[in-house]
Amino acid sequence: MIPAPFDYLRADSAEAAIAALAEHGDDAKLLAGGMSLLPLMKLRLATPAVLVDVGRLRDLSYIRDDGDFLAIGALTRHRDLETSDLLRDVCAPLRGVAAEVGDNQVRHRGTIGGSVAHGDPASDLPAALLALDATFVARGPGGERTVAAAEFFHGFLETALEPDELLTEVRVPKVPGARFAYQKFNRRAQDWAIVGALAVRNGATRVALVNMGATPLRAHGVEEALAAGAPVADAAERAAEGTDAPADLNATGEFREHLARVLVRRALDAAA
Amino acid sequence: MKVAITVNGASREHEVEPRLLLVQYLREVVGLTGTKIGCDTSSCGACTVLVDGESVKSCTMLAAQADGSTVTTIEGLATSDTMHPVQAAFHEHHGLQCGFCTAGMVMAAVSLLDEIPEPTERDIRLGLEGNLCRCTGYHNIVQAVLAAAGATR
Repeated sequence: MIPAPFDYLRADSAEAAIAALAEHGDDAKLLAGGMSLLPLMKLRLATPAVLVDVGRLRDLSYIRDDGDFLAIGALTRHRDLETSDLLRDVCAPLRGVAAEVGDNQVRHRGTIGGSVAHGDPASDLPAALLALDATFVARGPGGERTVAAAEFFHGFLETALEPDELLTEVRVPKVPGARFAYQKFNRRAQDWAIVGALAVRNGATRVALVNMGATPLRAHGVEEALAAGAPVADAAERAAEGTDAPADLNATGEFREHLARVLVRRALDAAA
Repeated sequence: MKVAITVNGASREHEVEPRLLLVQYLREVVGLTGTKIGCDTSSCGACTVLVDGESVKSCTMLAAQADGSTVTTIEGLATSDTMHPVQAAFHEHHGLQCGFCTAGMVMAAVSLLDEIPEPTERDIRLGLEGNLCRCTGYHNIVQAVLAAAGATR
């Protein structure tokens, strides 16, 4: 399968990428690792006229301690996350979830910024960043702004990013000593999650769901029940509250709701 | 556009369409057909090659993205008549049946052993999760990679 023709622009700076977006508007798409965009282009579900390759912006590939939070460059690859000593020490849940994305080959190419900007509710990292209360930094022609993860994911493949904005950084609060478990249910080892559930216990317990609606979701009912002292088994029964599980070849919405309850219970037990 | 890619040690320059996929570049432009196109949707791993030493699925990468990089394909592993230790181990342990997944399996294993030189069996099974064998010959593939790890240690 071959993508439809496009013009290829290689950005040598974030500013150049933003300028290209400003010039080409809706006709342009940013290319990072390409693990989500290229399959869509091969299937001709995406046919951008201009591809702006930001994959070589090495200055946007970093993981550093910024005091109150970790600053992660948007071009940081999943491979860099899953092997990061810094993440192991102060944000183990993100490292653990990154190791579950796709397979080795995908993790060698895919980036945290690409995954977030794509806004696929079946992706692992957006849900993890939602659970961790991350903040995203977007840079556009008018400068930089930050958007909280809870405000960022608007719908299926829709985010708060404007067409002329580049996601440059992900800021993640540090959670040293946090216990976590990620339960990812799929049929083939490297597939997208049919449903995924992440539990992070760090004082309070936070639970996020993958592929249970048009966006990654927090399981607020579960979190409330646990905060009120409910046992895990009872709290997990509320996992599907407020979700809008899609139906597709892999599962009906009803089956996904069942999976969410089971996977949340398992994740909470494993993170106890 | 022009791309300059070092393939199996040889520097090459070609004028290509931006939409040319790396796997097509390798097979149709360079003429190295050892790399296979399987699912064409980055699921099966048959098209796995090394880009700057790391395994990637070449059906889901543009040749333009590999511009300036070093690419190694299955044809680049052996030195004259001597097989690479991973190739030799697949031969010795019968790590292939129909052979279609083999080039990708071997390249994924080479990358895996570079990252985890002394893997457990579990490391290997997880590390090869991006490669499917339609003959379901996983047992011998895993044995071959375990043996290769011993040989390359």
